[in-house]
Parts: sequence; C-alpha cells; structure tokens
Amino acid sequence: MNPRILRNLRESAIRAFFFANGVLAVIALLGIFGILLYTAVPAFREIPIDEFLFKKNWDPTSPEKVEYGILSQIVSTLLVTFGALLLAVPIGVGVAAYLSDVAHWRVREIIKPIVEILAGIPSVVVGFLGIVLFSPVLASLFGTSHGLNALNGSVLLAIMALPTIISISEDSLNAVPAAYSEASLALGATRWQTLLRVKIPAALSGIMAACMLGMGRAIGETMTVLMATGNARAFPTGLLQSVRTMTANIAIELGEVPYFTTHYYSLFAVGLVLFIMTFAVNLAADVILNKYQEREQ
Amino acid sequence: MRIGKVLGVGLVIVALIAGAAVTSVTAAQRSKMIQIKGSDTMVNLVQIMAEEFMAKNPNIPIAVLGGGSGTGIVGLINKTCDVANHSREIKKSEYEQMAAQNITPREFIIAVDGLSVIVNSKNPVKTLTMADVGAIYRGDIKNWKDVGGPDKAISLYGRQSNSGTYVFMQEFVLGNKNYSSEMKEMNGNAQIIEGVIKDEAGIGYVGVGYLFDASGKVRSDLKIVEINKEKGAPAFSPLDKKAVDSGDYPIARPLYQSTAGKPSPDVAKFLQFVTGPEGQKIVEKEGFFTIGSGHKAQNDKNLK
Repeated sequence: MNPRILRNLRESAIRAFFFANGVLAVIALLGIFGILLYTAVPAFREIPIDEFLFKKNWDPTSPEKVEYGILSQIVSTLLVTFGALLLAVPIGVGVAAYLSDVAHWRVREIIKPIVEILAGIPSVVVGFLGIVLFSPVLASLFGTSHGLNALNGSVLLAIMALPTIISISEDSLNAVPAAYSEASLALGATRWQTLLRVKIPAALSGIMAACMLGMGRAIGETMTVLMATGNARAFPTGLLQSVRTMTANIAIELGEVPYFTTHYYSLFAVGLVLFIMTFAVNLAADVILNKYQEREQ
Repeated sequence: MRIGKVLGVGLVIVALIAGAAVTSVTAAQRSKMIQIKGSDTMVNLVQIMAEEFMAKNPNIPIAVLGGGSGTGIVGLINKTCDVANHSREIKKSEYEQMAAQNITPREFIIAVDGLSVIVNSKNPVKTLTMADVGAIYRGDIKNWKDVGGPDKAISLYGRQSNSGTYVFMQEFVLGNKNYSSEMKEMNGNAQIIEGVIKDEAGIGYVGVGYLFDASGKVRSDLKIVEINKEKGAPAFSPLDKKAVDSGDYPIARPLYQSTAGKPSPDVAKFLQFVTGPEGQKIVEKEGFFTIGSGHKAQNDKNLK
C-alpha cells in the first residue's frame, strides 16, 4: 500500500483514539448521572419530595414510624464543610503566599512536595487520626465528654482540603505577571503591601477557585467523617454536636439495605442531592477559573 | 509478550474447567443439600458454622438463608427447609399448624443472644434496670443523676441500623421504640468500647465476646453494668454464666435451630458440630453467649 495513505490512516486512527478517550469521560459522567436519577426517582413515588428535603428525621428502619427527611444531613454536611473551609482557607492561602513570595527557593523545594504528599494520605488514615488523636484533644479543649463531633470532622477535612487550596492558590499567585509587583515595588510599596494589595487581589479568582475545589473535596468525603463525627441523626445545633453527613449516611446504610425498596431508592436520592451539590460547587469553581484565565490572556 | 499470552489463555482454560467441575458437583448434590432458613440475627453465625463444617465434611453441603424467624418456622411446616433458625419461641398457632401436618418439632438451643451494657470506669453507676436501659436509649432519661450517677448528660453509643445487635436492642430492650437521635452510631463493637473508655459520660452495648482482652481476661478499663429486671430485684452481670443460662440476666434470649421431627443423620452431625465445642467457639467469637449444661443435656436428648 502507498506509505502516505498508510500514514494518513494511522494519523486518523490515533486522532479517533484520543477523541474516544475524551468522550469517555463525558459518557461516564452522563452515565453516572443517569443511573443515579433512574434509581433515585422511584423513592419519590412514596416519599413526597418536600418531606424528603425539609423534614429533619431520618429513620427508615423505625418500628414506630418510618421517616425519610434529610434536612439534618444536609445541614450537617454544610456545617462540617464550612467549618473545614473556615480553617483551611486562611491557612491554605497563607501557605500559598509564603511559598510564592516569601520562602527561599530551597525551602519551597522541600515544602511543596510535602504538601503534595499530604494529598495522598488515604482518608481512612485521616479518620483514624480523628478517632485516636483529635477526638480526645478536642474533648479536653472544649470540656465535652467526647470529641466525636462536627468540629472533629471539620479539622480533618481541613487537612484534606489544604493540598488542593495551597497548590492551586500558589499557581495563581505565581501566574500574576511580574510587572504588577515590580511596578508596586517601584512605587515604594513594601513587599508585604505588594503581596496583600496587589498580588492577592490579582490572583483572587484563582484563589477562590482553589477554595471551591477544596470545598468540593470536603463535601464528598466519606470515610473520614464516618469515623470521626459520631453519626448521630439529631439536627445539629453546633460544631460540638455529633452529626451525620449525607455521605456517611449512604455508606452506613447501603451495605445492608434490602434491594429495590423505598429505603434503597431513597439512599440513591440522597446521593443525587449530594451529586447536585458537588456538581454546583465544581461548576462554580470552573467558571471562576475560566474567567481568570481569559483575563490573563 | 508471547509467554504472557500463552499463560493468559492457559489460565482461562483452567478457570473454565474448574468452573464446569464446580457447577456439575453442585448440580449433583443439590438434591441432598441441607437447607437452613430463618432468623436474620442468626444467619451470619450459622453461615460461618456451615462453612467450617463443610470444610471438614465436604460431602454434606449446606445452604443458609435469612428471611426472619417466621420464615424459617413456616419453611419447616411447608417442608421447604430442613432446619429453621429462630430467635424467638415457636408460637402456639405455629405449633397447631405443625400438629395438623403431623410434625413434632425438635428444638435445639445453639447459642444465647445477649448484650452487655458498659459504662466508663469512672462512672459510679453499678446497676441499671432493664427499663432504665430502654429509657436511656430512647432518650427519655438524659442525665446520669436520674439513675443514681453524677450530674452529667448521658452520651449514647450504639450500633448502626444495619447491625443485628441494633435491632435486637431495639426489639428487646427499647420495646420496639425509636432510638434517641442523639445516639452516636458506631461502626462496630470495638468502636463502641473505644468510645466508652474515653467518655466519662458514655454508655454502650456490646456482645459479651468483646469484653475480653487478647489474653482472655475481662477488660479492666471499662465497667460492665449489672442489670436487674426491676428496681430492687437482684442484679446480674452478663459474665455470670449461671445467670445467663437460667435467664436471670435479663438482656438475653436463646437462639434456636429446629427440625421437623428426628433429624436425619447428616443434619444431626451438623447440629452436634454446632452445639459442640467447635461450634460454641464460633458462637463466642461472633459476640453471642455460649449455651449452658442444661441446654446441652436437652439438645443431646433431642438428637436421639
């Protein structure tokens, strides 16, 4: 065969292969969403959707009255997540600013890989630390009888969200054109003023996207909160209460639920709500990040 | 590359042959397979026992199904199973149905389902009534001072709703009422113990098998509460084997396996294994109480 035709054929085969790979991710996402929707919808044949979303009590195996309300779980999830962000955002942005502007390059070469290793710690290990290390510390710190509460979950999730926040924030701080800070310094601003008033505002959208991605990580995390927050079903009244997040609830109950029952479908409905929440957060992060990149170009 | 391919194909062929062999064996033996059905509380325990038994007696296959105590007893009446697992006594109506079919059931007590209530070693509370424990877990009693302890909010530890222990406690102690929503739902017996050891206001329930440390001694870092049936009545510890056997320890119920009439030789062999030392070792490992000498004598009589 003509070698040129052969080469063209190979070129288009390779192109098709990579196109298929790209499409695969989309198919996986749509497939997951479709299956989730398909398995979640039957739950609403028996549970009114407003009851599902706005009632506080969840007790599908109750011998008294079966209840499917996920409000407590939604609030618990948000409580633990925002608690985590409250801790992780200032520390994360601080570390990122330090690495990009203050640290000597040798120090940076050491700290950056360490931060990246932090991202690789399995969540079950973090959860274990929550039980044996943070739980007693938090209990004695706040004078409660135990430390299996929302705060414990927040601290652990903050640790898990830090690597994302630090590395993306640092990237966006580094991407601020050198001319900005050079101009600022030339006008007589100190390094501190330059960092705070010029560089961080310039990189703000990237930093915000980093925080959103960190939040997406925290909302969906399961094992850590399952182990560390006590999993009580009560409506949370504060960070020192034991709470049960949506992810923990699914993980606890899906293992032994009889298939194709309302209880089974309702767990997928919880998953669907969670999916929509994380999807919204990730989408927002993406939009912010895109806007930021457009402005850079 | 080529070696890998050959190896792969070889593996597939071996797997196919092995699969075919396994299916043909089960098909041939299905007819004389012992069918066990019933209590969900017991299904894991009996499953493990059946596996160990089959490892030693490969020519006696056993299938274990759940479905609930009622399902098992009905299976005995309809002759859809050889052995019924049940965690309650046979009802009068069920006895009558059996009598109509000319079935005289033989009951074997294979284990005792029971729970020990534990508190922190610093907690001065020594005894609780059955009703107290129920009220505490329903959330009706919220402070230790109401049951003779210090003025501290009670911190509840329990299992998750997928656990048999959770259901047993709910049925047997809470009177089929909801657990308090404040209860922390832990992943297993060990986590409950870990929680109560660290929590001065904690209370938990665990299978008696978990009260011992690796060397077989009762753990010293937690306190096992004695339970009485009502206020003023004598209280008993779950470690008191005699009280458990006689039913004086209140949070305990026998677990039965029943057959329709005299068990066949194969079934009898399995029952002997279950009620014998090997089976009872599994009972203890799975967090249940072992049977006493009175039960043993009764079981032996039923085998003949």
